[in-house]
Amino acid sequence: MATDTNGIRSIRGDVRLHVENLSKTYHGRAGAVEAVRSLTFDLHQGEFACLVGPSGSGKTTLLKMISGLLEPTGGIVALDGKRVQGPAKGLAVVFQEYARSLFPWMTVEANVELPLKTAGVPKAERKARVLEALNDVSLGHALKSYPWQLSGGMQQRVAIARAVASRPTVLLMDEPFAAVDAQTRGELEDLVRKVWREHDMTILFITHDIDESVYLGSRVIVLSSSPTVIQDDIAVDLPDERDQISTRALPRFAELRTQVYEEVQFAKTNAGGARVERAA
Amino acid sequence: MSILKNVGYWLGLPILLILIWYFATLGDVSTFVPRPLPLWEKFASVWLGENILTDVVPSLGRLVLGLATSIVLGIVLGVLIGSIRAARWLSEPLLEFLRAIPSTIMIPVLLLIIGMNDQMRITVIVLGCLWPVLLNTITGVRSIDEVLSNSAKVYGIRGWKRVWHLVLPGASPSIMAGVRQSLAVGLILMVVSEMFASANGIGTLITNFQNRVAVPEMWSGVLLLGIVGVLLSAILALIQKGVLKWYDGLKAASHGN
Repeated sequence: MATDTNGIRSIRGDVRLHVENLSKTYHGRAGAVEAVRSLTFDLHQGEFACLVGPSGSGKTTLLKMISGLLEPTGGIVALDGKRVQGPAKGLAVVFQEYARSLFPWMTVEANVELPLKTAGVPKAERKARVLEALNDVSLGHALKSYPWQLSGGMQQRVAIARAVASRPTVLLMDEPFAAVDAQTRGELEDLVRKVWREHDMTILFITHDIDESVYLGSRVIVLSSSPTVIQDDIAVDLPDERDQISTRALPRFAELRTQVYEEVQFAKTNAGGARVERAA
Repeated sequence: MSILKNVGYWLGLPILLILIWYFATLGDVSTFVPRPLPLWEKFASVWLGENILTDVVPSLGRLVLGLATSIVLGIVLGVLIGSIRAARWLSEPLLEFLRAIPSTIMIPVLLLIIGMNDQMRITVIVLGCLWPVLLNTITGVRSIDEVLSNSAKVYGIRGWKRVWHLVLPGASPSIMAGVRQSLAVGLILMVVSEMFASANGIGTLITNFQNRVAVPEMWSGVLLLGIVGVLLSAILALIQKGVLKWYDGLKAASHGN
């Protein structure tokens, strides 16, 4: 297994998310289809891990299993040491389909507030947290708007605010910027980096965009084709202070990008087995 | 300006038709053909007098009660059947059968079982109005977006909170469509149930006029029912505008407005 090769575990403290031998086999009329073979990785406090893989590499299946929306065939998902069975407290998810993940009959404020209300947070604290989260994503002025009155990028910012306000142990993001235009995408990437650093969050970010994974993450996990295993786990040693122009111009960024790119290319032909050796 | 335009839209064609009607029946003397002015006089004398209390109000009371019962029952059952797969599987053939029965045919049956009273007439209305609400609620609950449903699950919104914050608002456009259908069905059943056996009501009175060959009075009853129908759908449109404000906005936004 390609875990723990870069010493992250010994430096960073607590394991927030523990995934062990996770597998999923779908049983359909055409017989059994093995989507995910075996995945094992840990996510530590404060990590920003990006999961990349070729399309059809079981990324969404993995996300659904981690978030408790889909029961795995085998293996364990644990959040803060507690096994995940069904949607767990302490997990927040930002979906790709922003227009379909916010409640259209509620204002922006009510959307962000609802998870807190459900969790029984007292009203005064609730209001403060909602305002703080919306200010974090520069939408403090849109409290009373409805989601459909906002642009796509703004709607996704509301979804991010909703996740941040719930103070999750781990934040899952499922290709959250795949459906917005390139410029908005850059802004949202920087926004997520900012929120991550300010709140010391732990994020698992699923994407098919190699540049995005290197730019955002402190770590990039490359998945193989289905049946999925972890093909490689790369530490991103870029400076913490990142910038759309200067960071992407760094020689190290280009190196990492090439490395991940090659891994993904290789992953397209590699199913069900971890890469034994790779070019340095 | 827009108010004026609206008034013109709603009244323009009716006024024109009434004028045509007026001139076309100027010389006509057949007792079976209604004429605008005598009809209006009859309408005022028959329905705006004491009959409004003895017949119109009881009729409308039964209609409102029947509709309210159908809506509440339809939504409650619809949410249950729509949310629970086993309930849907069990009830589907039965629902198909029951909705196919014309509820007017239940009047003789209910007359025997319940008797000649308001409960019978309200039951007839419910038996007809329940299905549109029930079936539309089931459809509405089933068609709630999967991503939205997953969002609710992830944030721990379940049980009653799920019904209140996700299922009911999500199904509300469909539910309102069902209520609109029920309204039309309810008005018909209100009149028909009174034609069979009743001591009072709009339907009873119209049948009495028919027996007495009081043609203008009969026509005035028809006019009244038309007015009641228009008023009820206007009230519903007003409620719908409030309940589905988000839905209209969402639709307008997704049509690139």
